[in-house]
Amino acid sequence: MPLDQAFIGREYPPTPPYEVGREKIREFADAVHDDSEVCRDTDAAKAAGHPDVIAPPTFAVILSMGAHDALVGDPELGLDYSRVVHGQQEFVHHRPIRAGDRLVTVVHVDDIMARAGNDFLTVRAEVGSVDGERVCTATSLLVARGTAEEGDQA
Amino acid sequence: MTPTLSEVTVGDELPALTVPVTRADLVRYAGASGDFNPIHWNERFATEVGLPDVIAHGMLTMALAGRIVTEWAGDPGAVARYSVRFTRPVVVPDDGVGTEITVTGKVAAINEDGTVKVTITAKAADQAVLGGAQAHVRLP
Repeated sequence: MPLDQAFIGREYPPTPPYEVGREKIREFADAVHDDSEVCRDTDAAKAAGHPDVIAPPTFAVILSMGAHDALVGDPELGLDYSRVVHGQQEFVHHRPIRAGDRLVTVVHVDDIMARAGNDFLTVRAEVGSVDGERVCTATSLLVARGTAEEGDQA
Repeated sequence: MTPTLSEVTVGDELPALTVPVTRADLVRYAGASGDFNPIHWNERFATEVGLPDVIAHGMLTMALAGRIVTEWAGDPGAVARYSVRFTRPVVVPDDGVGTEITVTGKVAAINEDGTVKVTITAKAADQAVLGGAQAHVRLP
């Protein structure tokens, strides 16, 4: 079954606040082999003009993928997540994510289309502070393989 | 040394980067990111769903490739925008060696807003694993 296009434009309620910790940033930076002191040392971060240690540029995936759960788990949408692969990813940073941030994420369904037997979902996660400051826009293209109309796959 | 905007010219190449990726790296990234999809750690599961072997998280590949820009700019906070397409999985064999991702980057444009557009290529086993990868970077 192809996915219901009526989901385009849908927005999900904000996630509960996620508090960004210094050690979480360090753990993530270690995992992606980013050895920048700006991710680890508050003095180095301040010398670089940041109020506290900042996260590597793809850290927002923790927020965006967590927030996707509301959409991909929505029984009305009926997405078979075991068939989903990540097609594209973009991060637009309005400012770096930093330790001490309390972040909420709102997921928007920007597009749904079917092509060659696959469903393509464009999902935008707007990450902002609890005070309403925009922090990061993370846009993902999720591809559900073989879930669209049967028979038209090349 | 961090380049300044005035020192950068379209066509400049960034210092290339080679990053090894082992199964241990995948386990560590799974824990740090919260992405525990078994295709990134369980060979039985990966082959059952039609993959040749365990593959790296696309987001790990994106992060590793992005380091070419953050190391050049000297500050992870310099990246204003970063986007990639995931074109081919990075297969990570359980042979104690893993694989290597080689990353190159080039200054493609100086944007109107003063950021520098860098195009990035990432290869594993001599094949491109990202498509259309680019970052917009703020330089002092």
